[in-house]
Amino acid sequence: MRPLMLLVMAIPSDPATYLSWGWLSVSVPNLIAILVTISLFALAVLLPFPKGRHGSGDDR
Amino acid sequence: MSADVVPGTPADAPASWIGRLRRLLERELPYEKLLPEEQPAYVASWIYVFGVLTLAALAMIILSGCFLAFNGPAWYHDSQTGRFVNSLHFWSVQLFFMFMLVHLAGKFFMAAWRGHRALTWIVGMLALVISIGAGLTGYLLQTNLDSQWISFEAKDGLNAVGVGAWFSVTNLGQVMLLHSFLIPAVMALIVLVHILLVRIRGVVPPLDAAKADAAAASKATGHQDVA
Repeated sequence: MRPLMLLVMAIPSDPATYLSWGWLSVSVPNLIAILVTISLFALAVLLPFPKGRHGSGDDR
Repeated sequence: MSADVVPGTPADAPASWIGRLRRLLERELPYEKLLPEEQPAYVASWIYVFGVLTLAALAMIILSGCFLAFNGPAWYHDSQTGRFVNSLHFWSVQLFFMFMLVHLAGKFFMAAWRGHRALTWIVGMLALVISIGAGLTGYLLQTNLDSQWISFEAKDGLNAVGVGAWFSVTNLGQVMLLHSFLIPAVMALIVLVHILLVRIRGVVPPLDAAKADAAAASKATGHQDVA
């Protein structure tokens, strides 16, 4: 029985499932990576940055 | 016989290249620029965090890669600790590329090449290209069916562009040396230059920073907006 950590972190080596729409073909892992990256970008732009302890915001 | 600048004499142009280099660094990269304690207010945004997140992921890749290089394929394929470190290396790479692409998109949409920062942009793009090479050779080093498939697909592509004679993706020894020595060495140099260029030119302001700065200054002084 492999530890849970190894199961969670295991490097995927089985053949991936592919999704196809006409000329476009993408594997599910790649699609997930693309969607996560786009989500990260959107969150980075939209989410407010926490204020520091001094919180003045103009500490140049 | 020509010596560098003699202490106490007027600051003439130094005769040696070391002296010229020192003058250049003193002028372009003083300590307060190299190791700044404060950053402009506009840096307090999540989109500005992704450069350093990319660096953190790269540090994790290099650290886990050192363990993999010292212990070898038998260790990272067969032992549980080895598989854990191998997985750590793999997932750090996934995060590295995600963070780098978000960093790239953020800088692209704020036209980060403004203010004499074109070289910083170009060196960053070079880091992306080298990273793709590192990724390819890394996938080939998995030495499983996946890497066999990738190598035989990549071989055709590389032969088609005419580089197959000296870069063979089916040559495991060559791929191992490229991935574990040459590419990381080049990558480290490029990342170092990129960071120094960021320090020299400063972090690029957002496109509307001038307007926001004027509004903040106006608010701070209590003056009417003259615009």
